[in-house]
Amino acid sequence: MKPKHLLMSACAAAFITGTAFAQTPSGVLVVAKNIDDIVSLDPAQAYEFTGGEVVSNIYSRLIQINPSDFSKLDPDLAESWTVSADGKSIVFKLRANAKFSSGNPVRPEDVIFSFRRVVLLKKPPSFILAQLGWNVDTIDRMVRKTGDNEVTLTIADNLSPAFALNAIAARPGGIVDEKAAMANAKDNDLGNAWVSRNSAGSGPFVLRNWRPNEVVVLEANPSYYAGTPKTRQIVLNHVTEPTTQRLMIEKGDIDIARNLGPDQIDALKGKTGVKVETHPGATIHFFSFNVKHEKFRNPALWEAMRYLVDYDGIADKLMRGQFKVHQTFWPAGFAGAVTDRPYTLDVAKAKDVLAKGNIPAGLAIDMDIINQAPFPEIAQSMQATFAQAGIKLNLFPATTAQVITKYRARTHEAMLLYWGPDFMDPHSNAKAFAYNTDNSDGNYQSTTTWRNSYMPPAAISAQTTAALAERDPEKRLEMYRVLQRHVLKESPWVTTFQAQWQYAIRDNVKGFVHGPFADYVRYDKVTK
Amino acid sequence: MRGSGSVLKVLALGVITLAITLLGLLVCTFVIGRIMPIDPVVAAVGDKASAETYAAAREALGLDRPLYVQFWRYVAGVVQGDLGLSTASGRSVAEDIGRAFPATVELATLAILVGTMLGVPLGVYAAHKRNRWPDHLIRITSLIGYSIPIFWLGLIALLVFYAELGWVSGPGRIGTVYRYTLQEWSGFLLIDTLRAGDTGAFRSAFSHLILPATLLGYVSLAYIARMTRGFMIDELSKEYVTTARIKGASEARVLWLHALPNVMVPLVTVIALSFGHLLEGAVLTETVFAWPGIGLYITSSLFTADMPAVLGGTLVVGVCFVALNKLAELLYPLLDPRTRAT
Repeated sequence: MKPKHLLMSACAAAFITGTAFAQTPSGVLVVAKNIDDIVSLDPAQAYEFTGGEVVSNIYSRLIQINPSDFSKLDPDLAESWTVSADGKSIVFKLRANAKFSSGNPVRPEDVIFSFRRVVLLKKPPSFILAQLGWNVDTIDRMVRKTGDNEVTLTIADNLSPAFALNAIAARPGGIVDEKAAMANAKDNDLGNAWVSRNSAGSGPFVLRNWRPNEVVVLEANPSYYAGTPKTRQIVLNHVTEPTTQRLMIEKGDIDIARNLGPDQIDALKGKTGVKVETHPGATIHFFSFNVKHEKFRNPALWEAMRYLVDYDGIADKLMRGQFKVHQTFWPAGFAGAVTDRPYTLDVAKAKDVLAKGNIPAGLAIDMDIINQAPFPEIAQSMQATFAQAGIKLNLFPATTAQVITKYRARTHEAMLLYWGPDFMDPHSNAKAFAYNTDNSDGNYQSTTTWRNSYMPPAAISAQTTAALAERDPEKRLEMYRVLQRHVLKESPWVTTFQAQWQYAIRDNVKGFVHGPFADYVRYDKVTK
Repeated sequence: MRGSGSVLKVLALGVITLAITLLGLLVCTFVIGRIMPIDPVVAAVGDKASAETYAAAREALGLDRPLYVQFWRYVAGVVQGDLGLSTASGRSVAEDIGRAFPATVELATLAILVGTMLGVPLGVYAAHKRNRWPDHLIRITSLIGYSIPIFWLGLIALLVFYAELGWVSGPGRIGTVYRYTLQEWSGFLLIDTLRAGDTGAFRSAFSHLILPATLLGYVSLAYIARMTRGFMIDELSKEYVTTARIKGASEARVLWLHALPNVMVPLVTVIALSFGHLLEGAVLTETVFAWPGIGLYITSSLFTADMPAVLGGTLVVGVCFVALNKLAELLYPLLDPRTRAT
């Protein structure tokens, strides 16, 4: 083909296809994000990152964690609440003007129905409310209507009311429109199948469309008690490839890119029209040893490992802003967190500890890792630093589902993983890292302790239980600080980093809130 | 009567062959799914579910039953047109595939058109200029299409034609502005936008489609051109070609009217297989271009051990492969009279 013809063809193609569109429609916020983790959009079932984010924007709760100060609770559907003198019950006064998107008023019956269905459906997040002592037999007497606009919740003995409030403010506390759900119920599912794919909430948005692995569209709820959001539509586009997200935000085809790696973030810094934002996340990263294996039972090995991670190198050079060094189980920025970081890379010290602990030379460790960034990069760094102390780290990358399957079965030697709290209360992590009273194979627990076959000293498990019951808020936090400091030094795992959320956003977009985890990603104040 | 009986016999044999092929496909996929070290219940309920929730989900998914019972129930459902529910999302697999598959068909069809319309002439020309520079150039171009990872090629193409030059639209199937105004009828956006008479939406859909389709077309082109060249070189060495040249037929006539029709039978098989591979789903292309097609659907499902979704997707792809092979076979008598006798 002659150059002239080639040019003409290119011009014709450009004419036919049009040029790339340079901005998203006004009133519509377009977000690029991996949304393949959505299983359900029912607050009684949603337990994944994206599902949790969507549910949190559709369903109001009685109370919410304050997005600026995580130690405070804000009213949501409940305009006020009172804890009884004995701390065993909490009375919630409902807002008079709140309506569901269907137009139905929010009633005490809806609150009771919502909590009851979480307990009866027994879906993954149900354990959060079950911790309050609510089960099939107790729910009807523990969650009651006590006035025209009033609900009283009773909690189990030995529970701190602060813990109960934090649990109620979590995702399964989303209030569902009983009339809408039950009108679409089938096979005694309390509307679960329908609510999984439709909206029955009173939050700022309603679900317009969810196509798995394609898109989620939220539309402003005109009935929202706090006023209709200014952005009429939120579109979560399924884009998995970070480089693709980067190109799209540069072109203005999306307003927010949510899954960018350090390379994409670096490339976007200083670009016109795009800002890079960083917020602390609630996820902590760690590696652990399964003490079912004899070779991992020596505490000297646990201590030596703490000196064999290049914490600063990984945080500064590999993750470049997406991780910060954090060595305790409760993330920095949350009430009660301990930010001590006594360990740095010190190969000589590690060798000394190994020698004093009579750890045989040439120890080989098989470590399972998730085969996606950042795990292989971190693992390779660890492989190099472990080798300096004569420890051979064999890496076994696999999909997340494969790794978790093995972890759950306790058939691993070592794991490189992460942990996110289920709700904003230190007990969520304390139970995972500092409690195990029954290590038998038949007593499956999703805790880090059980899954690594580790039983902390009885006093530590007892302290975790006592902290859960402590009514004095400051004393309670102090108990969790003691637990963190103990686990920091004496446990078969090493907490290494706290994740930070980094995303790119067009500079005309204001009001987007990205909290520490999915429950606190909010779109209702967005303007552009 | 004998003739119609014979046709019926052929048809019956075809249906039985198809059924056995698909059953074999399902057995293999099912067994692979079960020996994978992934627990589908964990994939469905997450890693923090309690033992009670886990047990309830296992029972609800039917995974507490013996393997042969699970398989039998699945096959019984398929026979009745029910592909089951996704274990990961609880949604109808048929519904999900019904949405993903048209996206792939649309992409694959344009890609195979590009691949064939360019690959066949290039292959013929390369054979004509055998061992001279145009042949070398075409062979190198084909080799590049074969060798460069499509994932990398896709990102570079996006960078150049979308981000830098702005000639085409970016990832996705259509612009956000049209996504919810367009009434989808067939799932094929080019058809739906034309049917709706929405020129802007058509331009947007075409603008999103052209780059991934051209890239996939290039990969098909590489294969088709190489195969065409090989077939043509063999054909051009035959005596009837020499005779035609001696009788004064122009080179174009020899190439296009004498030799090419005689390689159409193997060529159609090559094109059908290429189309089949494209329908199987260009996973990496679909990932880079955020194209919600069947390849991405099956791969994502495989990673979460969502076996009803994997089996459903595999079944659809298998049916397409068999159908394309059968279609190619049906075309043989039309393309080559010598095959009619058999």
